[in-house]
Amino acid sequence: MVTSIIRRLFQAIFVIVAMTIIVFIGVNVIGNPVDILINPDANQAERARVIAHYGLDQPIWKQYLMFLQGLLHGDFGDSFVYGRPALGLILERLPATLELAITALGIALVVGLPLGLYAGLYPKRLSSKLIMSGSILGFSLPTFWVGLMLIMVFSVELGWLPTNGRGPTMEFLGVQWSFLTGEGLRHLLLPAFNLALFKTSLILRLTRAGVQEVLPQDYIKFARAKGVRESRIIGVHVFKNLMIPVVTIIGLEFGSLIAFSVVTESIFAWPGMGKLIIDSINLLDRPVIVAYLMMMVMLFVALNFIIDICYTILDPRVRLDAKA
Amino acid sequence: MSALLQVSNLVTEFGGGRGRSGLKAVNDVSFSVDRGKVLGLVGESGSGKTVTGFSILRLLERPGRITGGRILFDGTDIANCSEEEMRNLRGKRIAMVFQDPMMTLNPVLTIGTQMVEAVQAHDKVSKDVARQRSRDALGLVGIPSPEERLAAYPHQFSGGMRQRVAIAIALLHQPDLIIADEPTTALDVTIQSQIIYEFQRLAEESNTAVIWITHDLAIVSRLADDIAVMYAGRLVETGPVGEVLTDPRHPYTAGLIASVPSQNRRGEPLHQIRGMTPAINRLPQGCSFRTRCDRATEGCLIMPDLIPEEDRAFRCIHPVMKEVA
Repeated sequence: MVTSIIRRLFQAIFVIVAMTIIVFIGVNVIGNPVDILINPDANQAERARVIAHYGLDQPIWKQYLMFLQGLLHGDFGDSFVYGRPALGLILERLPATLELAITALGIALVVGLPLGLYAGLYPKRLSSKLIMSGSILGFSLPTFWVGLMLIMVFSVELGWLPTNGRGPTMEFLGVQWSFLTGEGLRHLLLPAFNLALFKTSLILRLTRAGVQEVLPQDYIKFARAKGVRESRIIGVHVFKNLMIPVVTIIGLEFGSLIAFSVVTESIFAWPGMGKLIIDSINLLDRPVIVAYLMMMVMLFVALNFIIDICYTILDPRVRLDAKA
Repeated sequence: MSALLQVSNLVTEFGGGRGRSGLKAVNDVSFSVDRGKVLGLVGESGSGKTVTGFSILRLLERPGRITGGRILFDGTDIANCSEEEMRNLRGKRIAMVFQDPMMTLNPVLTIGTQMVEAVQAHDKVSKDVARQRSRDALGLVGIPSPEERLAAYPHQFSGGMRQRVAIAIALLHQPDLIIADEPTTALDVTIQSQIIYEFQRLAEESNTAVIWITHDLAIVSRLADDIAVMYAGRLVETGPVGEVLTDPRHPYTAGLIASVPSQNRRGEPLHQIRGMTPAINRLPQGCSFRTRCDRATEGCLIMPDLIPEEDRAFRCIHPVMKEVA
């Protein structure tokens, strides 16, 4: 167990190092920030001064080493646009994205798991067929369109919910949160639902597939032959087998919720990281882009690590393999 | 005294419904088992033996269902039992051991969990008591250091050990009837012998009735008191093991017996029954065995009834008779 964790740690470090190279080369390719940073009317001397200030006159390998050095100190440089440390800028936006992602994942789990279980247990019922058809819609409707429709219906036509922003926030643990105020919660509802729709369908279909895979197994029949109550068969025998793939997907999807909620955040003008990164890409704000990408790499590596550990808890067969 | 289990004219169909008739996997099957007796239910793959077993426990999976006949267990018609009453029978009074030990235990639960839940499904006892009983049951089937084994997962056991665990689970409540569906097929011969011995002892000492489903006549001859031979969903011959195996009446039974390899016929080619078991949806008219039988005549175009003869019965109008020397 311990050796496998150490092995995974080394793999994680390798992934992060590889990503620093890819990210660094990537942002160097997408455009020259100097063109944006400097007033076109500026003279040559001023231009050279700015380039030197940002270290852009150095050879590329030296720039990379400087970048790595900064990385180890948690310093991604100052944002070209805001003139403040890029990492701080992102961390400031993190709570907004985090609460949106957690709420969306919560909705997806609370709705997707029971419905998937139901559709898997009673596949012939009309309600199950409706659920499955609905999940296809949830799967295939583009997020931006659903977001616009939600605004159209619930904000414009019905006037129930606000269209944009976080609403009033409340401080908790030194961070501003929307979900702690009633008005903030109202602001949270539409974007969270929009973000959750796809994930709900995904978890629902995965759960149903899992149920249908586990139910015909001999060990389920054997449990019935033992006289075990149906509630325990579903709740323990089926559920535990089912959770193995679901946990994997939940972990990965949580990462993607945080990293790629860009569309939803743009539509609902949610001041999260997604909105920040889109703005930064438009303005070629290199330090922010780099800091964001590196944070996401670490997030995914960390999530995968956690999933692996959950996996060994859920599936005893994996545990033995790790020992060998 | 009436038999513990009395199956009469059982019909189990798959598919069908709404006026259409389904495929009869079990067709007009009758037999009975007394306490302390072992019935060998013999037949080829697809002859309906396993479906018969599941019918008794009412554990058929859709689209399978019982459409005819009666199953009396200790005087109660199981068709009249509620789902909860059935649950109380399963594991408690009728236990079953499945064919493939690699598949019968849940891979993500420990042996202990799976045994304790089997105890607690029927008896309101504490976890400690249930664990103690599980430990004893594991010891009974010859699993060394049962205490440690309770904490293990199925994949840490070999096939033979898993089947012992399954048998230990079946023994937990000292059931009146155990349905053993080819429990030794996946095991090697030495373990097979041990398990057969365990069942024999069980039938004698605890007065448990056993239905041993198998295609292996050698096992039946060692273990069973009575034999019921199935072919294409029907019983073709029943009777005491000694009589049926030494002096079969039905040509199919005779063919099966002749196909068992023997020391005495070393060097001779092994007997085969020609042809193959017909698919259940394409049975020939009349006697199902007609197309593979050397004795078939036009009279076989009509399905013969079971013909009783003393305490045995066979379904053939041209029975094999041992020539009286």
